Formats: sequence, structure tokens, C-alpha cells
Amino acid sequence: MSAPGNFPIPKRGPGIWQPKIIGILCNWCSYAGADLAGGGRIQYPPDVRVVRVMCTGRIDSLFVLKAFADGADGVLVSGCHFGDCHYLEGNYKGAKRMFMVKRLMKSIGLDDRRFRMTFVSASEGAKWGAVITDVVKTINELGPSPINELKK
Amino acid sequence: MAEKKSTTKKTESKKDTKKVAPVKQEVKKQAAAPAAKPKAEEAPAKSPIDNLAKAEDARIGVFICHCGTNIAGSMDIEAVQEAAKTFPHVAYVDNYKYMCSMPGQTVIHKAIKDHKLTGVVVAACTPRLHEPTFRTATKDGGLNPFRFEMANIRDQNSWVHMHDREGSTDKAKDAIRIAVAKAALLQDLHPKAVPVEKAAMVVGAGVAGMQAALDLAAAGIKTYLIEKDMSIGGRMSQLDKTFPTLDCSQCILTPKMVDVGRSPNIELMTWSEVHEVEGYIGNFDVTIRKKARGVMTPKEAEAKGIVGGGCNGCGDCEGVCPVIKPNEFEIGMKPRKAIYVNHPQVVPLIYTIDFTSCVKCGLCVTACGPEKRAIDLEMKDEFVKVKVGTAILATGYDIFPIENKQEWGYKRYENVISSLEFERLICASGPTGGHLVRPSDGETPKRVGFVLCAGSRDNTGTGKPYCSRFCCMYSLKHAHQIIEKIPGCVPYIFYMDIRSFGKMYEEFYYRIQDEGAKFIRGRVANIIEDKATKNLHVMADDTLLDRPIDMEVDMVVLAAAIQPAADTNRTRKLFGVSCSSDGWLLEAHPKLNPCGTTTAGVFLAGVCQGPKDIPDTVASAEGAASAASIPIHMGEVELEPYFASCIPEKCAGCGMCVNLCPYSALSLVEKDGRTVMQVTEAKCKGCGTCGGFCPGGAIWMNHFTTPQIVAQIDAFLLGGEQ
Repeated sequence: MSAPGNFPIPKRGPGIWQPKIIGILCNWCSYAGADLAGGGRIQYPPDVRVVRVMCTGRIDSLFVLKAFADGADGVLVSGCHFGDCHYLEGNYKGAKRMFMVKRLMKSIGLDDRRFRMTFVSASEGAKWGAVITDVVKTINELGPSPINELKK
Repeated sequence: MAEKKSTTKKTESKKDTKKVAPVKQEVKKQAAAPAAKPKAEEAPAKSPIDNLAKAEDARIGVFICHCGTNIAGSMDIEAVQEAAKTFPHVAYVDNYKYMCSMPGQTVIHKAIKDHKLTGVVVAACTPRLHEPTFRTATKDGGLNPFRFEMANIRDQNSWVHMHDREGSTDKAKDAIRIAVAKAALLQDLHPKAVPVEKAAMVVGAGVAGMQAALDLAAAGIKTYLIEKDMSIGGRMSQLDKTFPTLDCSQCILTPKMVDVGRSPNIELMTWSEVHEVEGYIGNFDVTIRKKARGVMTPKEAEAKGIVGGGCNGCGDCEGVCPVIKPNEFEIGMKPRKAIYVNHPQVVPLIYTIDFTSCVKCGLCVTACGPEKRAIDLEMKDEFVKVKVGTAILATGYDIFPIENKQEWGYKRYENVISSLEFERLICASGPTGGHLVRPSDGETPKRVGFVLCAGSRDNTGTGKPYCSRFCCMYSLKHAHQIIEKIPGCVPYIFYMDIRSFGKMYEEFYYRIQDEGAKFIRGRVANIIEDKATKNLHVMADDTLLDRPIDMEVDMVVLAAAIQPAADTNRTRKLFGVSCSSDGWLLEAHPKLNPCGTTTAGVFLAGVCQGPKDIPDTVASAEGAASAASIPIHMGEVELEPYFASCIPEKCAGCGMCVNLCPYSALSLVEKDGRTVMQVTEAKCKGCGTCGGFCPGGAIWMNHFTTPQIVAQIDAFLLGGEQ
């Protein structure tokens, strides 16, 4: 058994809000980094659900917005470090779009801290653990997405 | 006008994504289903994409792996299985202890047939480990291998939520839900076979690169061996003897160097660098920069019409050159001229001009004479293009700049030397002819201190956290050489642990102990020089006797850590290879694919992947050569069919994607009187950058289509409340 990690295990049950966070990861860096965190038994909170794509360049801004429209409390996009993209420059192009999403979120009054783009390489398992711990902490602080409130 | 058009496109695509989403939800929200249905039916009729998956017909089998207790120990498999049965499209659910084993795969085969499955989801480790395994299993069961999707419930779940059983169980359910949503929309895909160029490239001609090149050449493959230095042999050519057999490095290496030089299948390119790499496995177009050498080889001279000319290695030029510089091969302990060879045994024996120090006096040109006319002081860099099927990186290592650890006084105290300097001093062909002397006064030392882990296993931030792996053994060898060559000289070895892990290594360690070497277990805190005698005081803590030590020695040898060679980072980026946080190149999998990389067709040999001693280096080189020869001997390889394609009826012909593509795979063409985008599949690597941008949603990314990804997002966020 490994160290428990730097986060509390929350109470769960009916009526208790659990953050819904979706992570869209590139295959070559962040997904591999997340696998490495597993190999290293680095513990982090289980609230992020992962969708794998080949490159962050594949991520349409609409995917992120769709996730928020569906009621996601947070969205994480993670790819390779700049200059390390498996497809040369897909992450630059992806990042550009993600900045646009952040601006859009601000202008519609959705806290842009709910959306994050990070850069985690295939060798940064420990960093992946830290990123997820921090993302979950941030979303827990922000609480449920206002879009869900509006839906009601 | 144009602007208006693009806005309508945008709303359309938004609608589109929303429309596809309910396909997954149709079980619950029937109202949305009819809206999606005609869409799915009409698309295949017009677009080039055939067999568009229809989710409503999908029958998905879910197979949950226990992975022994790796997965089963951290979550409630029963609960996951029960939940999976309730997901839309799921026709069959099963679990097994080891899904990847033969009985596990048989479960999949049988279920596909018995339950008429259209898609397979395996919830197990990671697609980066076993996607190929389960794709094969899916294929064996009679489905297209791309009808398989994996849910990662080990590496990204059970292993990282070991203390949160409830959380990891919930996450596993969602992971399967997401995978099933995608599996319901998966299509049949067919890998594209491409021919493989019957040639290979090896970058770096140290012992790893030479061995790999020799093996490839022996297998009948034309091999380009690229070396940035003027001669081949690499680090090993600088060594004197090799442990534990104590045979001399040169005796092993020089015959190999000669073999490389005369093998008809090896095209040796020294003083050259990889400049640019394009293409993919089977068809790499590599541009090589041949740095201006200033001296022509006989071949080059003949090409220029100077028959019988070119450098024959006579060395007349060196004799007359007036410029004197430190020889880098001897780590500055011997002079060289501006026109020089590293050492007399170099392969190829061609002189090289160091243009940064050459004064262009022309004396060498005169000395070379009118017959050979080998020297051209105006030579420029040349660029050569070659096409290869596979490539091996064997870029090797450099010595860690040990002067960064200031407490040991390297480069401040004359008698503190690095282990590589020791190798040159003790080597018969070295600057002193094999006599170990103190740099300060040329005296023979009587007490030599060896500081092990000099920069290795160092978590202070100034050194390297890893073990450099061969320093213990070569320091034992150094101790032996001192005892053998200098009667009465005592080696004192300051060590943390002696890591003598290899075959016959531990026995060698005992032998050196018996020969009289003194071992002190303690990390050296600092070294102080006696100004008068230039002797050194080694300060350490003897952790076995638990007392501080101040040992006066005549000379200190630092067993310096190693780090990736200076140019490794540039080279690896050209080939698209990742590196670890230490800079060592990253293999595809440490156990399943230790020579391969994440770029298909690019392999790793030797120390560029991580510290290795010579036997391991040669073994890894032979492994890499074998791996690199497989695609070439197969004659063709299958590329993953993750290509982009255009849905012409949605394409507005704006051409934004054409500029986005890093591989120039897209172009605009006229089709039925309209301008639409077209994909050159051979160039497309499937990153999806075009598909992520297209404002009209007109790009179809195989296996990562917009409906599939949206279905995954919806499955988690909308399906979660079911």
C-alpha cells in the first residue's frame, strides 16, 4: 500500500454533492503520464473521468463547452509540453483554442477556474497526481456548476 | 457575406454535436432519437465515409479484468459488473482474473459469437499496454479489431485510489460507461499497408551504434551510420580496460571499427548531423548535414575529378599547421593542431580542420601537395537527403560537469581529476603513455582517493538523482590498475554502496578487496588542498566505524555521473521521441518494448536510453537492430488508420485546416463544381488538429470522431444520473 496522498477522502452518499470533472488527455504525454502515476502508485482523488484523444489539437472548443452545457463542474485538458508534441505543434493549436474558451467563459459569467489546460509529460507521474489533486480541490471550493442550478 | 456563412456553419455544427449526443441517451430520452436517426442514415449516402456506426444497433460486450488483485483489491468488481449491465447497448458482461491471458481472451471470442456482439469493451489496465492484445482478441472473435475500446481501471484507477474503495468503484463504472458509449459508435477500420524502404539509419557511432549498424548490415540492410564526431568509436574508444575481464577496450573496439569502415552495406557519415526528419515508419526522409570538414576523402576527391587524390591520412598537414589547441579527445591533456585526427587509430583515417581555430594560412594545402589535393579551406556544409525505413538512436552520454559540485574542487585543485581523465592517463595510447602522474608536478602518486557517486544518487538538486550504474565497477577496475602498475600505491575508495550487480562483477569486487584496495563507506563531504604540497585532504564520515575521516591523498579521482549527450534533445525532437525528466530517451515500455519508442520505426540503443555498461549497451544495440530490421524484412507495415477525411457536403472549402496541418497532408480540390478539402492519407498522422478546428464539422477523424467523443462526454455527464 502506498502513501495516502495529500487530500482527504470525502464523505459520499445520497444528497451529497460530488464534483463531476472531465479530463480530455492526449495519448502521448498526459495519458502516459497518468499511467506512470499509476505505476508509481501516486494517490490522487478519483473525481476526474478521462477521455483519451490522440492530441490536444483534436479538442474542439465545442467539446469543452458541451461538457459545461451537460453540467460538468470542471473540465481539464492536458497535453504535452510546448515543443514536445508528438505531432510537432498540435498542442500549440489546441492551447490557442483553449484560451479562447477561457475568455468566452469569463464573458458569459462562468468562473474560468472551472476549466484548466495543463502540460504533463509522459515522465511526470508525480506532477499528474499534483495536478489532479489541485483541480479537484479548486472545483470543490467553487462548488456545483451554476449551469446545473439554472437547469433546475 | 462570408462572415454570415461561417456563423451559420457554426450554429449548424453546434446543433450537430447536440443532435448526435442523444443517440446515446435514446433509451431514456426517446424524443431525441428520431432527430438523430435520419442524420446517421443520410450521411453515408453522400459522404465518402461508409458504414457509419448506428448506436441503436450496437451490442456491446463488457469484460472486466481483476488483474489478480491489482484491480479487484481496490474496487468492488461485483458492483461494477452489476452497474455495467444497466448501461445502454450493453448486451453481455463478464469478468475474469486475467483478461489478457489465453482463457481470458477465449471468454471474449466466445462472447462475441454467442451474443452477436458488435463491439468489445475491456476494463483492465491501459490501452498503452494491452490495446494491441485485445484488438487481436477482438479480431480472432470475428470482429474488426477497431471495434474494441478499453476502459482504464488499473493504471488510472485502482492503483491511484487504493485507499478509496467507493471512489474507485464509482470511477470504474463511469470509465466503462464512457468506453461503452464510444464502442457503440465504433466503425470498421482497415489499417493501410505501406511499403518499407529497405534501408536503415543509425544515429551515433559509439559501440552501440556500431554494433547496431553491423547487425543491420549483416542482415543485408543498407545502413547509414551518422556520427557527429570526426571518427567512430565513441566513449569506449577513450577507455583503457574494461571490467570485469580486464581486456583492453581497444582490442574489442578497433576490429569493430574496421569492420564498420569496410562493410559494403554501411554508409559511414562522420562529422555529420541529422538536420531534418520527415515521414513515418517505412518512409523516413532524413536530411543529413555534412559539416564542412575541410578535407576530402578519396571518394569525394574522385567525384571532383582528382583521381588518386583525397586524404590518405599521412599527417603531413598536421606537421606544418601552426595552430595549437587542446585535444578534446584527451580532455585537453594533449595538444592538437587545427588540422588533426583524434588519435592514430581513428576510423575513417581522414583529417579534419577545426574551422573555429584555423587561420587559413594555407601551409597544409601546400604540404598536402598537388597529387592528393585533399584540403579545401573553402569547403561549405553540405546537405544530403536519404530515405530509410527505420532509424536507431544511439546518441550516448556526456560526463556530468562535476565542477558544479564545488565542494570537491574539480577544476580548482590540479590533482582532482575525473574518471575519464584517469582513463586517458592510465591508457597506453594516452598523453602520458600509460603512466599515471599528478597533474600538478608529474610525480607518481602513492595514495589515490576515489570518490564514488560523484554527482550520481544526489538529491540535493546540484547532481543527478539516478545511479550512473557503471562507476562502481570502473572505479574497482581503476583500483586494480593502480595496484598493478604502481607498486606500493594504495587506492582508497569512498563509496555509498558498491553496486556490483552483473555477471562476474561481485567476484571482481572481492578480488579487488583481496588485492589491497581500501574501502571507506561514506560520502565525501569536501576536499581541501594543501597549498604547499598540493596534496588533498578528503573529508568524509566513515559510517561503518561512525567517525569522521580526514584522509591525506596525493590525487583524487571523481567517478563522475553521466548525463545525456549534449545534442540529444535536438535529435530526439527531430524523431519525435520523448524523454524522461532526466533527459534520457523514453522507451515505449520498459519491459514489453525496451528498444522501441512511441514513434513507430524509431528505436533506441545504448546509453541514450539510460546508464548502461558495455555488455548491456551491446545487448540493447543488438535488440534495437533486430527490432529495426523486422519492418524492413516484412517489406510493408500497417499504419493505424486514424486518418482524417472530409465530409464534402459539410465542407465550405475555407481552407483553414490546410494551414493547420503540420504534415501538409491536406489540400483544396475541385469536386462536383465545389472547392473541398482532400486528405493525402499517406501523409496524415491522425493528430486531429484539423478536426478540432473545422468550423463546419466537416472533418471526420477515424476512431476519434466528433460523435464518438461527444458521446463519451455525454455518457459521463448525462448518463451519470440514470
